[in-house]
Amino acid sequence: MKYYLEFEKPVAELQRKLEELKRHEETSSLAISFQEEIALIEKKIQETREQIFSNLNAHQRVQLARHPKRPYTLDYIHHIFSDFSELHGDRLFGDDRAMVGGFASLDDQKVMVVGTQKGRDTKENIMRNFGSAHPEGYRKALRLMKMADKFSLPIVAFIDTAGAYPGIGAEERHIAEAIAVNLREMMLLEVPVIAIVIGEGGSGGALGIGVADKVLILENAYYSVISPEGCAAILWKNQSAIPKAAESLRITADQLQSLKLVDDIIPEPLGGAQNDVDIVADSIKSTLKSTLSSLLSTSKEDLMKNRYSKFRSLGRFVEA
Amino acid sequence: MSERPEKSDKNETKFFTRRIPGVESKEPMVTPPSSAPDQSMLKKPKPVSGGPKKRMIAEGTFTKCPKCKETVFRKELEANLNVCRHCEHHFMLTAWDRVHLLVDEDSFEQMDADMSSVDVLEFPGYLSKLEANQQKTGMKDAVITGLGQMEHHRIALGVMDFSFNGGSMGSVVGEKLTRVIEKGTELGLPVIICSTSGGARMYEGMFSLMQMAKTCGALAYHGKRKLPFISLLTDPTMAGVMASFATVADLIIAEPGARIGFAGPRVIKDTTKADLPDGFQTAEFLQDRGLIDAIVPRKELKEQLAYYLDFMMAGHRSASKAG
Ligand SMILES: [Zn+2]
Repeated sequence: MKYYLEFEKPVAELQRKLEELKRHEETSSLAISFQEEIALIEKKIQETREQIFSNLNAHQRVQLARHPKRPYTLDYIHHIFSDFSELHGDRLFGDDRAMVGGFASLDDQKVMVVGTQKGRDTKENIMRNFGSAHPEGYRKALRLMKMADKFSLPIVAFIDTAGAYPGIGAEERHIAEAIAVNLREMMLLEVPVIAIVIGEGGSGGALGIGVADKVLILENAYYSVISPEGCAAILWKNQSAIPKAAESLRITADQLQSLKLVDDIIPEPLGGAQNDVDIVADSIKSTLKSTLSSLLSTSKEDLMKNRYSKFRSLGRFVEA
Repeated sequence: MSERPEKSDKNETKFFTRRIPGVESKEPMVTPPSSAPDQSMLKKPKPVSGGPKKRMIAEGTFTKCPKCKETVFRKELEANLNVCRHCEHHFMLTAWDRVHLLVDEDSFEQMDADMSSVDVLEFPGYLSKLEANQQKTGMKDAVITGLGQMEHHRIALGVMDFSFNGGSMGSVVGEKLTRVIEKGTELGLPVIICSTSGGARMYEGMFSLMQMAKTCGALAYHGKRKLPFISLLTDPTMAGVMASFATVADLIIAEPGARIGFAGPRVIKDTTKADLPDGFQTAEFLQDRGLIDAIVPRKELKEQLAYYLDFMMAGHRSASKAG
């Protein structure tokens, strides 16, 4: 069963007509061909899709980034790396399943992978806490990244989270501190770090594994200081302002790139990454490989210096 | 060279038009979306009233303490460092009042006094918001930074002000703090940052979020030189500021009763559908759970911070004597 987003309704409607027509042709006792009509509708479907997906606004991209069929971190990990083996636990409290991590091989380059992980169904989502990590998740990620640093393994971080979890336990165990420590410690890692936003880049919860030498983003992913919903509620006290909030925050891949807040955009097939996981995974893989090879040829002193200046330079203000 | 805030007309008449501390609730801006956004929305947008939204009280000679409900006289309150003499409730302090509380008289050299925000995203309403906040507070943005003398320690100091757009962190707050931290690193000085903030400034979008990484990065290099960083959390400190420089300190100190946390209590309630425990997200609650080194009353703050620095700078002192 194909899943349609609200703004895909015109396509869904055409698709329904097409199927009806095909059924009718099959069951009709008269030997009348509808091939011409079918071809026409199929063409119309393609045109409508192109029309919709070449003019996506920010809010529509946010919906695509949250598409229930969108590939998640582990989907990409299994496509891109040959021998991922998950490692668990923060050695302090527990194992947060909203954050995954472990050794993996990018062809012959051994790396450490970390990433936030959403669930595909209700049961998995309960286990994964809908991809919103607790402090344990950030501390596990840091433990693995520091181990990578110790053994000279480059780090790849997959980001796909609505945000760190706003819960009582998260506060009691200092979620803010867990994120902040990651920001500080990631700045001092002596190995290359690549972060890639594959879906939702939800604020501090995303940045908590996002202090990287290169920050990549998928075409329909977003990265924002606050969700459009949260922004609309605070500023305009009105749900109908969500699209306006999404637009105003400048959170789409192309807007972020033009503001130099991300380094590179990885394209997606028409309609979104869920339509062809293989092709997106291949693009990610080749971008990772080329990015990594240039980072690996940089001395660790320069690597650290460049990482600091990269974030150091972000900010716009006037003096005088 | 010392610098004192310009006394504007606004400041002169503040006894007559003062906000009630503690009632201006700002949503934290680095929080995940509420799982139930519908519930957090009002049905209709509120009609926009003219001028900046402030909660004023008509009289100015006295106010009611939000904790003990006693009537307190403004002049007495201010003479007592904005601490209620009945129940020790710590009212908010302006950034300048706190600078003067912490550094020796005439010792403060302000840095980057003229830095101000730009509307980089052309975000609806940001420019007028900035202007209103500048007028209301007489400040350019939500933080004052500089070098000063704290008893026998020269320190690099950053002090936030909640009355400027809820102490939100945008590019200016991030840049000024980063510069004062870097200055501390360069000169071998301890850094003290006094926080009060609702979080990152959403009007500057991802630029605000990136200030979290920037300030933490500056502190990483400051720490590499084995220089001390003390973070003071004052009421309220939330969200993006908590998830960055405010919690990567050698010492995390809080004022009594300060509200401190990551997500806003209402967001947590909406998400978890659970009752929040007593004292949730207060300095005392977080000290019990291991985040905060000490809760220090305002009256003892300067002396206590200098005492900590005596220990933390002891190695540097003997090293410089030896050299
Ligand atoms: Zn009182």
